[in-house]
Amino acid sequence: MTTGSDRQVVVDSLGVGIATGVYGVSFGAIATASGLDVWQACALSLLVFTGASQFAFVGVVAAGGSALTGALTATLLGSRNTFYGLSIAQRLDVRGVRRAAAAHLVIDESTAMSVTRDTPHQARLGFYWTGASVFVLWNAMTLVGALAGEAIGDPRAYGLDAAVAAAFVGLLWPRLTSTTTRLVAATGALAATALVPLTPSGVPIVLGGAVAVAMGLALPARAAS
Amino acid sequence: MTASSPMLWIGIALTAALCYGLKYAGLAVPQRVLDHPWTVRVADLIPVGLLGALVAVQLLQSPSGGALVLDARVLGVAVAVVLLLLRAPFLAVVGAAALVAALARLL
Repeated sequence: MTTGSDRQVVVDSLGVGIATGVYGVSFGAIATASGLDVWQACALSLLVFTGASQFAFVGVVAAGGSALTGALTATLLGSRNTFYGLSIAQRLDVRGVRRAAAAHLVIDESTAMSVTRDTPHQARLGFYWTGASVFVLWNAMTLVGALAGEAIGDPRAYGLDAAVAAAFVGLLWPRLTSTTTRLVAATGALAATALVPLTPSGVPIVLGGAVAVAMGLALPARAAS
Repeated sequence: MTASSPMLWIGIALTAALCYGLKYAGLAVPQRVLDHPWTVRVADLIPVGLLGALVAVQLLQSPSGGALVLDARVLGVAVAVVLLLLRAPFLAVVGAAALVAALARLL
């Protein structure tokens, strides 16, 4: 990304914040359609605040899995945020209470809008403006979607089960950039499919994902190109 | 069909605590601890493997669980993939999948 004015960084960040935050409506609707109440949907957005993990939690619960399996799946997906935090820690340079607050905003979008900046000052601008605008809108739109989701009745009649599957495909899509990631994703899908008739609900996701990661680690480095 | 409410709250609290801990660790842990090439590779692969599994289960598991079924979801996701190939935004992809599956069930 080229060096722009501070104002441009803020405008770009707000754009990403709005675009991302708006799809909190799909999370809210899917969460209540999956059997969570409005409070639970809002608590996830407020306290977990990392989209893929939230979708995973409600996906596992909707598939009949236990809440603990949902928590495990969500946490594994959230592990990437550790590496995001690591990549921006030096430029954020926060300690104590400010670090505790900033940590909650470490997500895909705030990291992406921060690591591309040329100066620490603009990296911080991008991080906080993106993180804060996503946070505000994501939570507001979750509430809207959750209320709508509770009002509509049978979610399958509205295709919301297909919407969840499509949301996972959409989250996966940008990561399919190498032969390795494509093979790992395909392995995860195949292993999980094979496990569905054989294991309790929720298990195919965690076990299928684990098989896929193990396979990916076993691949020789040449496949990583 | 779904987990009971107290269990859901426990699951939510656990998810919130663990996900926050993971975020905080990234800002607090020394670079060298997570710098190992193997750790970096695992971190890249975990979301991909899990999302692949999530797609398959959400797409093919019957609503009552335990069996595989092909239904209107497949049509919805096929349309979603076409839209992703056309670089459509996330919300349009998700919305189109819902619309197509809903229409297929009406017919």
